[in-house]
Amino acid sequence: MALLEVTEINAHYGRIQALRNLSLKVDKGEIVALIGSNGAGKTTTLRTISGLMHPGQGTIKFDGHDITRTGPEKIVDLGICQSPEGRRLFARMTVMDNLMMGAYTRRDPAQIKVDVEHVFELFPRLKERRNQIAGTLSGGEQQMCAMGRALMAKPKLLMLDEPSLGLSPILCDTIFSIVGEINSAGTPVLLVEQNARRALEVAHRGYVIETGVIVQTGTGKELLESEEVQKAYLGM
Amino acid sequence: MRTARLGGLGVADLGFYILCAIAVVLLAIQAISSPADFLQILVFGLADGAIYALIALGYTMVYGIIELINFAHGDVFTLGAYVATTLIGFFAVSEDAFTTLNLVVLLLVFPAVMLIMGGINVTIERIAYRPLRNAPRLAPLITAIGMSFVLEGFMFLWHGPATVHVPNLLPHGPGFEGYLGFDCAVNSNNCVFIGFKDVFVLVAAAILVTLLALFINRSKLGKAMRATAQDRDASQLMGININRTIAATFFIGALLAGAGGMIWGLYFNTVSYNLGFRTGLIAFTSAVFGGIGNIPGAALGGMVIGLVAAFSDGYIGSKWTQVVIFGILIGVLVFRPTGLLGMRVPEK
Repeated sequence: MALLEVTEINAHYGRIQALRNLSLKVDKGEIVALIGSNGAGKTTTLRTISGLMHPGQGTIKFDGHDITRTGPEKIVDLGICQSPEGRRLFARMTVMDNLMMGAYTRRDPAQIKVDVEHVFELFPRLKERRNQIAGTLSGGEQQMCAMGRALMAKPKLLMLDEPSLGLSPILCDTIFSIVGEINSAGTPVLLVEQNARRALEVAHRGYVIETGVIVQTGTGKELLESEEVQKAYLGM
Repeated sequence: MRTARLGGLGVADLGFYILCAIAVVLLAIQAISSPADFLQILVFGLADGAIYALIALGYTMVYGIIELINFAHGDVFTLGAYVATTLIGFFAVSEDAFTTLNLVVLLLVFPAVMLIMGGINVTIERIAYRPLRNAPRLAPLITAIGMSFVLEGFMFLWHGPATVHVPNLLPHGPGFEGYLGFDCAVNSNNCVFIGFKDVFVLVAAAILVTLLALFINRSKLGKAMRATAQDRDASQLMGININRTIAATFFIGALLAGAGGMIWGLYFNTVSYNLGFRTGLIAFTSAVFGGIGNIPGAALGGMVIGLVAAFSDGYIGSKWTQVVIFGILIGVLVFRPTGLLGMRVPEK
């Protein structure tokens, strides 16, 4: 059974339908990329999985639980953590406080300390800046902080929304190689990206979403070689 | 938006500093010409300010977390005084005297009033504000005004339109009397009296504000409250139950307002059902003055507004005090909307 199984969900903003019969799944150990252009419904998909909004129809199952109507705080407790679009750090708190907010639902202080060190190994920059106010970090550092914060929840599934947005090509490389590292350490990742090439290169499988509908799916390699994807998203 | 700048300093900021400087100079002249009066007014101002600070904290915390100006908050404060009066009435206290019974009643009634008001405010949030969580911001604002009328109407029905006497558990004296070696009996013009009550008000408020600061900065729930105030969606993604966090904010705001109501009652020994309207507006002005949403700002703003009110009463005339205070509110909103300690938050 898949770790995350989204089955034919619909979602609406008022009268505008944002998702139509969208299905996707993430298995243990995978990196799954969800690619598509602006406004295609990528972020809505993540918001619905996180419980920030609920689907009109369809079901979402995670790790044997039906989380279709579950509140966001319970979903975090079950093991899904999201690094949201635009990072959404607590701008007036320090880097360290932000990371600790990530561990909010956890009750194991000793292990939390070990995990902070682990995040600092992954992002040495955060260690240098741990007492800095998060709002004063550079874009790349904020992204690292947001990912570190999500990792502090020790998620069974990590969801990253546009981790490369607004970053320089070199920083993008760093971020995507860290996504690979996180995954090799055993955490499945659902990756939402506009940067389709980078996302598909690192992902095992991918979905292409257009105006709320999944139009194509396959392994990362298949999608990279697909003519439609090349034309629409890779500029070839 | 462009603002006129003068050597890196906005004209509005400059005007603000000039006004502050003028006020300080005028006060200094008064302090030198008649130091005893000045000290006496200062003491009144600090005591009033401490109470305003307790109420302002509730305004600012609620605004910080759900951007609601909770107009019913002033009436929660008044209701605290009413509940305190009722609870004290169950005991045969001796007024204006130090007795063991008075002390025991004080120690019992204080936390009881705070908890009761906390419970009432959580209920108000649950039935009046939470259903409007995702409504346009005007809806809960109007509901808050409605809630204010409901509470005032309830107190009106309970005790009528006349003022209610709050038992005087604390005698005004003993206290410090005299000034710079002058004997008050000889020359009462040079006399300062700092009573037991004044000290009590300041100490009680200081303890409560310190506890609040520790709670907000150290406890997990306090951190969750700050996080929710900064970014509600992101807080939910951290696993914070925002309904519980918002309820906790109303609870704590009412603990302080309830304590403030009881302290007001013990200090002035009289309350009326519509006390919260004026006092609430003054406390709200304090919160805006300190920077709405900013917790240290509300405490500081309360003290400053208390002092301004006392100096205005003493030197300008009490009929002008409301003009002065609400003039400050308008001035702050026009020239420095972020208040004394409010920050210009970097946009993401």
